[in-house]
Amino acid sequence: MTDLSYVRKESHPDLPPPKSEVGVIAWLRQNLFSNWVNTLLTAAALYLLYKAVPPLFNWMFWEADWSGKTYQDCTSDGACWAMVRVRFDQFMYGFYPVDERWRINLGFLLLLGTGIPLLIEGVPFKKYLAIFVFLIYPFIAFMLFYGGMGLTVVETNEWGGLMLTLVLATVTIIVSLPLGVVFALGRRSNMPVVRIICVAFIELWRGVPLITVLFMGSVMLPLFLPPGTHFDKILRTLIVMAFFAAAYMAEVVRGGLQAIPKGQFEAAQAMGLSYWKMMGLIILPQALKIVIPGIVNTFIGLFKDTTLVLVIGLLDFLSIIQSATTHKNWLGTATEGYVFAACIYWIFCFGMSRYSITLERRLDTTHRD
Amino acid sequence: MAASSEAQSSAPSVSLWNDPKKRALIYQAIVMIALIIVAAYIINNTAANLEKRGIASGFGFLQSPAGFDVGMSPFLKYDAAKATHGTVLTVGILNTLLVAFTGIVIATVLGFIMGVLRLSSNWLVSKLAYLYVEITRNIPLLLQLLFWYFAVLGTLPSKRDSISIFDLFFLNIEGLFGPLPIPQDGFWMVGMGLIVAIVAVIFIKKWAQKRQDETGQPFPVFWVSLALLIALPLIGAAIAGFPLEFEHPQQNRFGLRGGMIILPEFAALVLGLSLYTAGFIAEIVRAGIQAISRGQTEAAYALGVKPGITMRLIIIPQALRVIVPPLTSQYLNLTKNSSLAVAIGGAEIVAIFAGTSLNQAGQAIEIIAITMAFYLTVSLLISMFMNWYNRKIALVER
Amino acid sequence: MVLKSILTAAAAATAALTIAGAANAGILDDVKKKGHLQCGVNTGLTGFSAPNDKGKWEGFDVDFCRAMSAAIFGDADKVKYTPLTSKERFTALQSGEIDVLARNTTWTFTRDVNLGLEFIGNNYVDGQGFMIRKDLGVKSAKELDGASVCIQTGTTTELNLADFFRSNNMKFKSVVFEKADEIRAAYDAGRCDVYTTDRSGLAAQRSLLKKPDDHVVLPEVVSKEPLGPVVRHGQSEWGDVARWTLFALIVAEELGVTSANVDQMKSSKNPEVLRLLGVEGKMGEQLGVRQDWAYQIVKSVGNYGEIYERHVGVNTPLKLERGLNAQWTKGGLLYAPPFR
Repeated sequence: MTDLSYVRKESHPDLPPPKSEVGVIAWLRQNLFSNWVNTLLTAAALYLLYKAVPPLFNWMFWEADWSGKTYQDCTSDGACWAMVRVRFDQFMYGFYPVDERWRINLGFLLLLGTGIPLLIEGVPFKKYLAIFVFLIYPFIAFMLFYGGMGLTVVETNEWGGLMLTLVLATVTIIVSLPLGVVFALGRRSNMPVVRIICVAFIELWRGVPLITVLFMGSVMLPLFLPPGTHFDKILRTLIVMAFFAAAYMAEVVRGGLQAIPKGQFEAAQAMGLSYWKMMGLIILPQALKIVIPGIVNTFIGLFKDTTLVLVIGLLDFLSIIQSATTHKNWLGTATEGYVFAACIYWIFCFGMSRYSITLERRLDTTHRD
Repeated sequence: MAASSEAQSSAPSVSLWNDPKKRALIYQAIVMIALIIVAAYIINNTAANLEKRGIASGFGFLQSPAGFDVGMSPFLKYDAAKATHGTVLTVGILNTLLVAFTGIVIATVLGFIMGVLRLSSNWLVSKLAYLYVEITRNIPLLLQLLFWYFAVLGTLPSKRDSISIFDLFFLNIEGLFGPLPIPQDGFWMVGMGLIVAIVAVIFIKKWAQKRQDETGQPFPVFWVSLALLIALPLIGAAIAGFPLEFEHPQQNRFGLRGGMIILPEFAALVLGLSLYTAGFIAEIVRAGIQAISRGQTEAAYALGVKPGITMRLIIIPQALRVIVPPLTSQYLNLTKNSSLAVAIGGAEIVAIFAGTSLNQAGQAIEIIAITMAFYLTVSLLISMFMNWYNRKIALVER
Repeated sequence: MVLKSILTAAAAATAALTIAGAANAGILDDVKKKGHLQCGVNTGLTGFSAPNDKGKWEGFDVDFCRAMSAAIFGDADKVKYTPLTSKERFTALQSGEIDVLARNTTWTFTRDVNLGLEFIGNNYVDGQGFMIRKDLGVKSAKELDGASVCIQTGTTTELNLADFFRSNNMKFKSVVFEKADEIRAAYDAGRCDVYTTDRSGLAAQRSLLKKPDDHVVLPEVVSKEPLGPVVRHGQSEWGDVARWTLFALIVAEELGVTSANVDQMKSSKNPEVLRLLGVEGKMGEQLGVRQDWAYQIVKSVGNYGEIYERHVGVNTPLKLERGLNAQWTKGGLLYAPPFR
């Protein structure tokens, strides 16, 4: 064996990858300018951003007016956020008496304090929290918001703003969930009469727009009650909205029920459990866990739908903003009002949808590439 | 022995409560009776209320004169002097269907584009599409409609300073005005041309399919069909000497009148509905495309199929099976959401029939029932059509 | 378990918020028992009923409710307000949700006879008019051929409008909204040429426009709109309280009794003033309210003229002349029966 000196003994150290394949340039090349179509798209997108973003920021922040008493005080070209500042309390609480507003704050803090841990995995004492939120809290909240037990009664026609929106959304969801479970069980029942009634109920409510349902609550429901009886308008709205939401909830829950393998039902029956025990102890806990994302999505839809009470004259968050922007002092601030409302609604809905997506990922045990 | 015979004799006479079948019957009877009682209670109360308040009942009001004007009636000549509540109902239904149809078409096109862009390899474009989806989906539709109507369309120029487009179209706060085509004698020639073209297109499509199956040669069906569909009616028109006249909008003291007009209420409604629904459709499309295994794309590329054709002929047809069911419910939502027109002065069924007619005739029960029945029917029809379509595109396994 | 308790909670809430109106017992007794008057008002019509910055209801119609409260309780603030849309107002009254409706409601045959309502009189006589931009140069409603008209749904004005244009052989395009705020916004943006509603309403809306002086209310009055408070049919005693509250307001102005001089007027020489203020006779007792009811009304709310000037008169943004709403002695239509 001669010494083949032209064969290298040790490998050449790795060369750095070509400049075009790493770093910012590579990223740009791969993600923005990989071919001429992409380059064109990027150029178009950049142009769009250039056209839209700087004026938007100018309007929203740099050139905006932040204080003033009327629209006349907003002298710059930008947004007139003074309107939101002056009316902020009204947007939050409606016409709720100023001295009693701590009750609303307390009520919602209580719900946040107990409700959020319920939604987070791994928090202990969930059972007691759930019992509190679903059984005890409604009474406390009712007492706090409406009055009684030593607190001054605040008539519901003084309710308004974001507070009313939240009341409408939470009450509806808390009432519609159990109702929806009942209708979902009914729809999957072996008893034809029960099944037909439930299917008819669900499809009827799902087939019509919420506006007609609200009209029904405001002009038709009083006709269904014995002469001389009357309901509070917000209560009427809550009733029809709860039915409406229950129909959607029933379909969500039905999806969960269908996802439970037949073996679970059969095993439960083999253990000699009665129907309600089987459902309550075996099926529903599993089914409801699967459909939490669906429930959250229904809640988002419902939260957005509460804006429709504007057409029946309730002063919810959107409606009270609209009435502020049409007030003499603030004429011309419609855009500001709508943008502000949009931001608040967006924060709520986007936050909840993120939560639902996180949950979906966690519950998704299938393995995908 | 005695015990077993006892057991046997008692077996058929299980107590009523322990026989699941009989128990089910009892349950159902209870539910039925409860339902009947509730229904009777409501009907009884309603009858008492109607009588007490002297509200008429029945559908006779549909023939009684309405006496008010509706904002928009593109299909029907609406005359406030002669119209009845029945006419108002018809106009409302037609307008709703028009809004729903236009909205569905625009939302579908926009939704598909946004869904595909969302998956674009271009980072910026994909993020912009994401931004669009998250903004439209998370803001209440009513708010978006109000925004489009009051904040955007409200800033259109006044009637004196209309934006003129080739002196044919005029845009101002009262809407977009354009020439209204009025068919003259001999217009049937154009219709003939169109019918011939459609028949021809069907034959060409079949022939092209057959030829491709036999020889593998593709035929540009789309472009040929398009050419035929445009050319033949044009030829028909030329033979008849262009039997079409245009009614141009005329300026009067108060602005432009006559011609064809797209009202801002209608535009805001369709715009808002389609942008909102397109956000949802984009997500559905994205999920549908992502559900198709990547192997399909790779296999297509390996065979040398171009990306555009891969998308159109391989990915989308498969993704459609995932997309169609949720798409159906979006179409239904859009149709139902068209009722929000009531907040921006639109003229669809809820606004003019369940709104104005209800106020004037006062028969809440009949009017709300008719409105709900209409929506239920439309929902049913759309689901039936989409179910049929879904079956048609479903995977046929051999 | 969860369901059950929620249902219980719902039932409790329902019970708390539902008031089974005792349709047969006298409303007056009910009102006295519950300690406040439930009054249906407009959801927002400047000068007639609108919440102020602090959310307190004010206006011409609101003051009628306050006058009734003063007559019954001797305190004008024992009123709770239910804001109502035009669609809901009659249902609310019929079902007993409210005790009296003071919501610029036109007195018509159908409403009085068919809907089970009782109009207790006119507190404001109005007519439908048109408002238009000055720069269009229109001087008369007869020149409105081809105009687009903004209008509120659910009102008699919608029908009057069609009738007016038809009888004058003119065409129009209507733009219809549910809420007055929306109409005003659309009109102000130039979406329509004409805004039509009752002339008092036009004045109210005009004062809220960006540039009120650029708009003019045309002279034509195309309908009769006698507005007045409404109570339920078949409640004569309660109707009497409402009716004579209105008459007391009118008569007080006629006799020159104002909130400023009402105490001196107690020693007036005019026997009708003395009867009105409860110094002589037993009118309050006969009516079933406080003996000094009219004194309380005038003392805390003022007479008709004071209310008018306070909310809608020439010194307010609405700038409405008295016109037909002046006393009969001054060429108006206000005419109350004698207190005797």
